[in-house]
Amino acid sequence: MDQPLLEMRNVNTHYGAVHILKDVELAIYPGELVCLLGGNASGKSTTLKTLLGMVTPTSGEVVLDGEVVTGQPTSYLVERGVTMVPENRRLFKRLSVKENLELGAYLRDDADGIDADMERVFSMFPRVKERLGQRAGTLSGGEQQMVAMGRALMAQPRVLLMDEPSMGLAPALVQTNFELIQQIHNEGIAIFIVEQNANMALSIADRGWVLQTGRVVLDDTADALLANPDLRRSYLGET
Amino acid sequence: MTAEQVDEVTRGPFDFDIRGSMRRGLLLGLGLVFISLAGLPIGLDTRILIKPVLSLGYLSLIWLPFISGWASGTETVLDGVATTKRGARDLVRGGLVGLIGGACLSLLVLLMNWFDLRDPLVNWAPPLSAILQFDRSIAFGVLVWPLLSAVLSCAGAGLHIITPKIRSATLSAVLFTLAMAIFETFIVDVADFLDDKLYGQNGGLTVMSAIVVACLAFTVSAIGLGRRVATARVNYQQSTGKTKASQTTMLIAIAAITVVVVPMITGKITQELFANIGIFLLLALGLNIVVGLAGILDLGYVAFFAVGGYTTAVLTSPNRGPDWPSWVPTLPWWGALLVTIAISGLVGLFIGAPVIRMRGDYLAIVTLGFGEIIRILFLSDWLNGYFNGAQGITNVPPADFGIIQVKGTDPRSVFYLVLVFAAISIYVSWRLERSRVGRAWMAIREDESVAEAMGVNTVNMKLMAFVVGAILASFSGAVFAAKVGSIFPTSFLILVSIIILVVVIVGGMGNIIGVIVGSIVLIGVLGGPKQPGLLAEFSQYKLLIYGALLIWMMLRRPEGLVPNVRRSRELHQEEFLQDAWLRGEIDDDANTEEVDS
Ligand SMILES: Nc1ncnc2c1ncn2[C@@H]1O[C@H](COP(=O)(O)OP(=O)(O)OP(=O)(O)O)[C@@H](O)[C@H]1O
Ligand SMILES: [Mg+2]
Repeated sequence: MDQPLLEMRNVNTHYGAVHILKDVELAIYPGELVCLLGGNASGKSTTLKTLLGMVTPTSGEVVLDGEVVTGQPTSYLVERGVTMVPENRRLFKRLSVKENLELGAYLRDDADGIDADMERVFSMFPRVKERLGQRAGTLSGGEQQMVAMGRALMAQPRVLLMDEPSMGLAPALVQTNFELIQQIHNEGIAIFIVEQNANMALSIADRGWVLQTGRVVLDDTADALLANPDLRRSYLGET
Repeated sequence: MTAEQVDEVTRGPFDFDIRGSMRRGLLLGLGLVFISLAGLPIGLDTRILIKPVLSLGYLSLIWLPFISGWASGTETVLDGVATTKRGARDLVRGGLVGLIGGACLSLLVLLMNWFDLRDPLVNWAPPLSAILQFDRSIAFGVLVWPLLSAVLSCAGAGLHIITPKIRSATLSAVLFTLAMAIFETFIVDVADFLDDKLYGQNGGLTVMSAIVVACLAFTVSAIGLGRRVATARVNYQQSTGKTKASQTTMLIAIAAITVVVVPMITGKITQELFANIGIFLLLALGLNIVVGLAGILDLGYVAFFAVGGYTTAVLTSPNRGPDWPSWVPTLPWWGALLVTIAISGLVGLFIGAPVIRMRGDYLAIVTLGFGEIIRILFLSDWLNGYFNGAQGITNVPPADFGIIQVKGTDPRSVFYLVLVFAAISIYVSWRLERSRVGRAWMAIREDESVAEAMGVNTVNMKLMAFVVGAILASFSGAVFAAKVGSIFPTSFLILVSIIILVVVIVGGMGNIIGVIVGSIVLIGVLGGPKQPGLLAEFSQYKLLIYGALLIWMMLRRPEGLVPNVRRSRELHQEEFLQDAWLRGEIDDDANTEEVDS
């Protein structure tokens, strides 16, 4: 295969003295859909924050397009196509939908390109266009998810990091949500999903990792992971 | 969405929520008793408004029944729901509210006669009794208050009955007459010749002139001047593109010419007032960037004002502390200004750096601490050799610009200097707000960690807000030093921070026009921490009024006097939605996302 888009090489991350990520290795290739599974407090969100430069690892490297970017500010990564949809969507609740989308393009200067991307978001999520002037906090859960993804797309990502996209959504919505993710994936954007909902994530992903107390314990194709008895026991609620 | 015409229903004069009205009446009574015991009627009684019938002291009481009466009659109008026909019912309800409120005051008159509670309540004393008894007998006071209050409250409620046109004409007449009386000093200062014509000897409109003024205002309003202004405003708001741009330029030009020309023709008092407003406007504009745009609740903002004032004083005055090394030069004012800006920026960085990493309440408390620390440093024995402690730095020379000298005895020059800085500050705020920096501040204000994930450099942006705010405050400090001619630690109490914050909140956070209006209304009318406003008599109750205003604003108009569109959408969204829902624009399940699409 060609060179990975985004990589973690032997990364260790601490919060103060607490050791969170332990020798984590992972690689995301252009255009693929991969997932990171793990239980509560296993360090999933920390992995994303480390990838995006919001937390600096104590050792190891974050690599983007073969270039070591450890210690670079978040803006450096966002400018180069790494974007995150935060846990619980976290829209700017008191701002309008339009302002939310505009802030997604915060680092961009090309007014025309921004307009074009705005249209692209509308064509993907027609619902968002109808709600443009509405305060984001008053949107329904499903609409908020669309705006959160739209906001991320406004940054022209090459890889989208999604922190538990199905969290807090009604069960019926989870399925629609994964369809939206696939729709974005079909545009050629690599997607890295972090999830507790292993079944759903593995059903759309190509490959996956399993994180346990900060350590990658499994690294395999989605099908193999789905078949793995250990995983089935701990994540899919089977005995 | 065509609002369907629903008939008005007629209801009998006693068919209203009697218990609710009684509660409102008691509330009114409580308000009247509170105002009385807070001492407003006594303190303000010396200021005569209309000779010999009305003083500011009585006005401080009687406005309340009037407003309560009006409020008792306001009903939310819902499309599709029948409204009640206005009429006797409103008057009866208003009268009841006023009667109960006035009765509370009668009770106070009686109680003051029977018991002596002067110990905890300082105003529980003969002067208040005298005023509440209209300088006559107890019986007179006890009888008159419920009647007077009921009549006023009826009148307030009556406003709902008359047609809008007459209503606005009546209100204009009343308000304009009161304004003419209240702002007497200002008006006489601007137009000296009006003094003998309108006002009596010891101040106050004569009854005759009050009637003339009221009739004039009534007629002017009835002709429709007010409505024309309103139409022009709506036209302006709805115009777009080029028309709007040219209209805006016109408005700005008119405003600019007014502020430049008016001080030329007014007397000293007005000029002084303008200069004070300007000094606080500069501070408010700076704080608006920090609090309004970046959302950093800085309660120690006065620190930068102090640093600006002290730096200018040290660099210009011959009386600075003896310990300064000789290489610290004595500069002309404008030279000192450049150093002041640099130093304030640095202090902004220095205070900002540790503080910026905190959030919310912690940040507020720590900045509060820094505000005090800076003042106490200037006051301290330790730095006495530099800043002369409580003696302060005196003999700060005027700001010398060759043609004009800016000094306190010439408030007009101070005003023009402030005007220059205000123009700079307004321009800077305006440009910043619309730039990428402004967007970054907006994102930080809303959600800092998400802003960071979008690529906003939150630490730098917050520091930048702090530094820009500090520099704007230092302008104010520098002008203040030249104006007052001396700088003392007591000029920089925490109260200054709080008053500026109130100005920003009351005006409308994050909104330049709002901040200007807030400064004019609060500093101009009520006065600054030490500077008297137009209502010099109020100075004793200034903080009471500031507080009341703040609470009222937070409850009723959290977006400030001059809301900007976004803030008001943020704060009233629920109401808008509810209205829309009531109108049937939103169907019930719009919020329960359909799945099978
Ligand atoms: N800023 C922080 N400071 C200190 N400890 C932190 C911080 N953020 C996270 N942690 C700790 O790091 C551990 C991993 O947190 P993380 O948010 O990565 O978990 P997670 O796998 O995303 O869990 P969840 O599925 O519940 O979101 C947790 O024990 C958490 O308490
Ligand atoms: Mg998490």
